[in-house]
Amino acid sequence: MKLRANLVIGGVLFALAVLVGLLAPWLAHTDPVLDANLMNAEEPPSWTWWFGTDDQGRDIYSRVVYGARVSLTVGIVSQLINSVIGVALGLSAGYFGGWWDDVVNALTNLMLAIPSLIFALAIMAVLGPGLTSLLIALGLTNWSFTCRIARASALSLRSQGYVQAATVLGYGELRIMVTQLLPNMLGPIVVIGTLGMGSAVLSEAALSFLGLGVRPPFPSWGSMLSDAREQITTAPWLSIFPGLAIFLTVLGLNLLGDGLRDILDPQSRSRRT
Amino acid sequence: MTGTPLIEVEDLRIDLDDGSRRVAAAEGISFRIDRGETFGLVGESGCGKSITALALIGLLRHPLSIGGGVIRFEGREIQHLSAARQRDLRGDRIAMIFQEPMTALNPVSPVGRQIAEMFVLHKGKSWREANQLAIEALASVRVPAPERRVRDYPHQLSGGMRQRVMIAIALACGPDLLIADEPTTALDVTVQAEIIELMRNLCAERGTAVLMISHDLGLVANVCRRVAVMYAGRIVEERGSADIFRAPSHPYTQGLVDSLPRLGSRAALGRSRLKEIAGVVPAISSFPDGCRFNPRCAQATEICRTVVPEADRLEAGGLVRCHHHA
Repeated sequence: MKLRANLVIGGVLFALAVLVGLLAPWLAHTDPVLDANLMNAEEPPSWTWWFGTDDQGRDIYSRVVYGARVSLTVGIVSQLINSVIGVALGLSAGYFGGWWDDVVNALTNLMLAIPSLIFALAIMAVLGPGLTSLLIALGLTNWSFTCRIARASALSLRSQGYVQAATVLGYGELRIMVTQLLPNMLGPIVVIGTLGMGSAVLSEAALSFLGLGVRPPFPSWGSMLSDAREQITTAPWLSIFPGLAIFLTVLGLNLLGDGLRDILDPQSRSRRT
Repeated sequence: MTGTPLIEVEDLRIDLDDGSRRVAAAEGISFRIDRGETFGLVGESGCGKSITALALIGLLRHPLSIGGGVIRFEGREIQHLSAARQRDLRGDRIAMIFQEPMTALNPVSPVGRQIAEMFVLHKGKSWREANQLAIEALASVRVPAPERRVRDYPHQLSGGMRQRVMIAIALACGPDLLIADEPTTALDVTVQAEIIELMRNLCAERGTAVLMISHDLGLVANVCRRVAVMYAGRIVEERGSADIFRAPSHPYTQGLVDSLPRLGSRAALGRSRLKEIAGVVPAISSFPDGCRFNPRCAQATEICRTVVPEADRLEAGGLVRCHHHA
């Protein structure tokens, strides 16, 4: 039952974050960008300003609500791109082996050798700042772990009896990879994926901080956090609330990943039912 | 139909590439199986029976490869077919079951889906039809409550049940040839008997030919009409299964038959030791010249150590590969 709690808490946290992002226009009290009023600057949290206001008098609560859109889009989409690239390369490399495996390995090592943030920076420099280029940059630079896991799983699964049986029964290469290998490696891939989403949210913060992410004044949790850096002693709520949002989302994703891994494994599923 | 055999193997040679040179892991393999016939291949571990089966379905992988000879399926040579054409044969016309039912099923997929996939893959059925057919297939291998069992995962089934599922998958598309590689080795004896009986009945009903591979001479002789005995990569004797027990011709076969415990032998002959064949099967890299059985053979003479014996046709039917056969 304890493992089920993982799934429920993680799922609720993540679903909450997604809902907040989707319903932002209805949930927000004020416009996150336009409703700046220096008369209200740096108000602490109160009934009027739930999360306080920033140095330009903008409502932090509304900005956190809108910020969910950017952070979650970046987290989900870029990790999805990473997972697809990583699984496609790793699975095929592990299954086919030979020269293709060497090529994919070399590529993976290359990606691991270059810090992914630096690589993302280089891509951003070419594409220019903005949400789309942020998604592409983060989507192309963090697939190496997924790839490693997929390759290792494919290597060990390839020699399993049922994979050989499928070959004997006339399954094509692609069909074997999709029906025999992929479902059997989904557990770790999903776990890595949810962890990756968390780190993508953090990378977005880093890139936004460097001025390459979402252009200010539009809010994202990362940029809010970095903007709040100078006022951390005088107005801690500026950093606490976006930080809390990141923390809860990443925590939710990790718990969700753990929970999913458990139900994706039919053996542990039937043990509990 | 007796004109062209279902499958015919002629002088097949399987090479093992050990990096520096190629050695023949099996050679001079010739046999034919007619439609609906049951044919057994027996031999010790490493004698080449499983790689012969793999060669038949085109699944030899590096370091093994076909080094020569011809495999004909319904009169058509199949050893040089493209990968895609071979794949069409596999599962549809030629199916295979393995000795390990524990690992031969995908653990994350319900068994019904694994059976249904065969109909989708080879017969172009929709998933809805295929699922229905899967229930029928499970019923045909006498799994109780098949409509519930199709949703089970492999780990929820016993070894015998899993092997039944494997048989259902293998026979799903009504293949002409079923290759059974030690189908019952991993099962206990009572289940073994049930599975063999089931396999025999289903194949007889549908006219499916069976190539049974085993190290269990008794089992093979019981199930098959004809039996070939392999030793160190060569077929040394091929006989009707009744003859092989009654009058084995090759010294190796004689040794095998003598090493089997016989029910009632103690009453008839008194207490006696079982005979064994002295020595072990040589490794592929160090096969002796001449007859490969010569170092272990009591009847070996000079010619056995230098000249490879030809396969001689016996008057009573069958083949034997020995210089000294009666």
